Amino acid sequence: MDWEPIGKPASARERANLRDYARTCREFDWTRARSVLSGLPGGRGLNIAYEAVDRHAAGPRATRTALRWMDRHDAVTELSYAELAERTNRFAVLLRELGVRRGERVFTLLGRVPDLYIAVLGALKAGCVVSPLFSAFGPEPVRQRLTLGGASVLVTTGALYRRKVRGSRADVPSLRHVLVTGDDAEDGTLALGPALAAASPDFQIAATAPDDPALLHFTSGTTGMPKGALHVHDAVLAHHVTAAYALDLHADDVFWCTADPGWVTGMSYGVLAPLSHGATLVSDEGDFDADRWYRVLAQQRVNVWYTAPTALRMLMRHGADLAAAYDLSALRFIASVGEPLNPEAVVWGQRALGLPVHDNWWQTETGAIMISNFAAEEIRPGSMGRPMPGVEAGLLRRGQDGRALVTDGTVHPVMAEGEEGELALRPCWPSMFRIYWNDPERYARAFADGWYLTGDVARRDADGYYWFVGRADDVIKSAGHLVGPFEVESALMAHSAVAEAGVIGKPDPVAGELVKAFVSLHPGHEPTEALRLDLLAFGRRALGAVAPKEIEFDQHLPHTRSGKVMRRLLKARELGLPEGDLSTLEVTR
Amino acid sequence: MTTTPLTTERARAAVHEALLGIVPDAELDIVDPGENLREALELDSIDFLAFVRRLAELTGRTIDEDDYSRLSTLDSCIEFLTTAR
Repeated sequence: MDWEPIGKPASARERANLRDYARTCREFDWTRARSVLSGLPGGRGLNIAYEAVDRHAAGPRATRTALRWMDRHDAVTELSYAELAERTNRFAVLLRELGVRRGERVFTLLGRVPDLYIAVLGALKAGCVVSPLFSAFGPEPVRQRLTLGGASVLVTTGALYRRKVRGSRADVPSLRHVLVTGDDAEDGTLALGPALAAASPDFQIAATAPDDPALLHFTSGTTGMPKGALHVHDAVLAHHVTAAYALDLHADDVFWCTADPGWVTGMSYGVLAPLSHGATLVSDEGDFDADRWYRVLAQQRVNVWYTAPTALRMLMRHGADLAAAYDLSALRFIASVGEPLNPEAVVWGQRALGLPVHDNWWQTETGAIMISNFAAEEIRPGSMGRPMPGVEAGLLRRGQDGRALVTDGTVHPVMAEGEEGELALRPCWPSMFRIYWNDPERYARAFADGWYLTGDVARRDADGYYWFVGRADDVIKSAGHLVGPFEVESALMAHSAVAEAGVIGKPDPVAGELVKAFVSLHPGHEPTEALRLDLLAFGRRALGAVAPKEIEFDQHLPHTRSGKVMRRLLKARELGLPEGDLSTLEVTR
Repeated sequence: MTTTPLTTERARAAVHEALLGIVPDAELDIVDPGENLREALELDSIDFLAFVRRLAELTGRTIDEDDYSRLSTLDSCIEFLTTAR
């Protein structure tokens, strides 16, 4: 079915930050755009935390609420920009007192709690590299990322430490300090409450340069262990500009990004971008619940809401009547990211919430929104939109392995309307990742002929709108989270009964995809229901939220000639699709 | 249409069975009956939907989206299943 484009009323266009897309694209220049940043006083450099906190705390916005946080029981805590500046100073001082130096990695393993924001911004002030972890990870993904990133400091809660870190702490010798929220700390950890209270509230921000490392975000690929995409302090320019253009964020807005701060969206837009604008950011400790979310939107008078397709689809299940029971009149703009947004959800927003949903697209590596539907521009339901001003996107013809075809170092752009190709970007924006941590070869493989290869396949219509088609590789997108099949397979193969595993994304109407594992057993093990349940539990214990939701026994997993499990064939079987010409399925890349 | 409410024992057994299908090693006997299940068992939104689906299958009870908030703890699940409607 074709979906009608959704036009915008003149009123929406007049108050939008980006009023003339075509002209802004022609004239935009990242160097000129720098005027939105302040820079460290005295020309000492650029630091994200200064742009996000201290420059507002030093001016007329000092008393404005920076963070409005609701705990699980709806109690609200507010921190003004001035208070946030002081608390983050204390955190930076504490790091110095502990002997933590610039460039060292400070990891967070926290849900949405005030100490998360204080730790992230305080560590940036100290010149440390912040690496946020998803608090629903199991012990294994946590251990792996702490090890790969060479963590010096971990900020977490006592309970998360006991459940996910303590047992493997000896495997992470670089980890010198574990700071736990609250006033109590077990042996080997330090309680953050009294430590911050005792630290000085005065700190001079480290003189970081725009190209100094600031953020290390782990993401997943098809093969191998997670990869750490490193971003620099200059990224804040892209956070700021893209929030203005793609999210239509204004300085006086109340902004709610529902993404978990353990993922890149929750960091770039859940913490940094709204604060760089001097807006009020809403943070809710609670889990998804339809009533609760509408209540937050209504009571907190949220103006701009950035959420995910899975959440929107769950709200849709509850029907439009539930939304009608709440006063959503403050809401002005809704955007979504995480996996492709189906056109039904875009249109449902219009009907149930009074506003269409603006889908956009980006990746951990790009650090900021790259392609988007815009406030003043027509929405094409089902399309991710058009490239941001200052971003050049293209589609590249694909080879046998599904990825961009490179011949003699040259790629082949797709020019025809509607033709599919691998989505690629010309790196030139400041939040682009600078390396994969300790993995220069993988970094090099992500580029060809001056293009960054995204691994997503898309097509483009005559007006330049991009439409997502699928992944060019086996990476799974589940409920907005990118899951690497290799990591899941490796965890399952640690079970004594498992000989081999193949992991795919099984299409799901709510989550986009569910992680599903096909498992073959060692001789002497029977594929019983008891073993299946044991494996499900084993996966959950090790992996937490990225564990397989379904496990199926299969003693005849298909293999490539080089002996790897053919995930694409498993997926074709799962979907009941033709298995195709097997000779082309050997993946050698 | 009304459905016959379950006995407390049958309701408890169904809740346990549905949860154990998702978190097979959950120690339900030591979960505080008033504690939020999603927090206690680290269920994400997708797990919770699967739990609701299983519970509906096991009990024959239609569970609407509006009922989800009544399924937050072991106690509230049992109360929901043992209440006529």
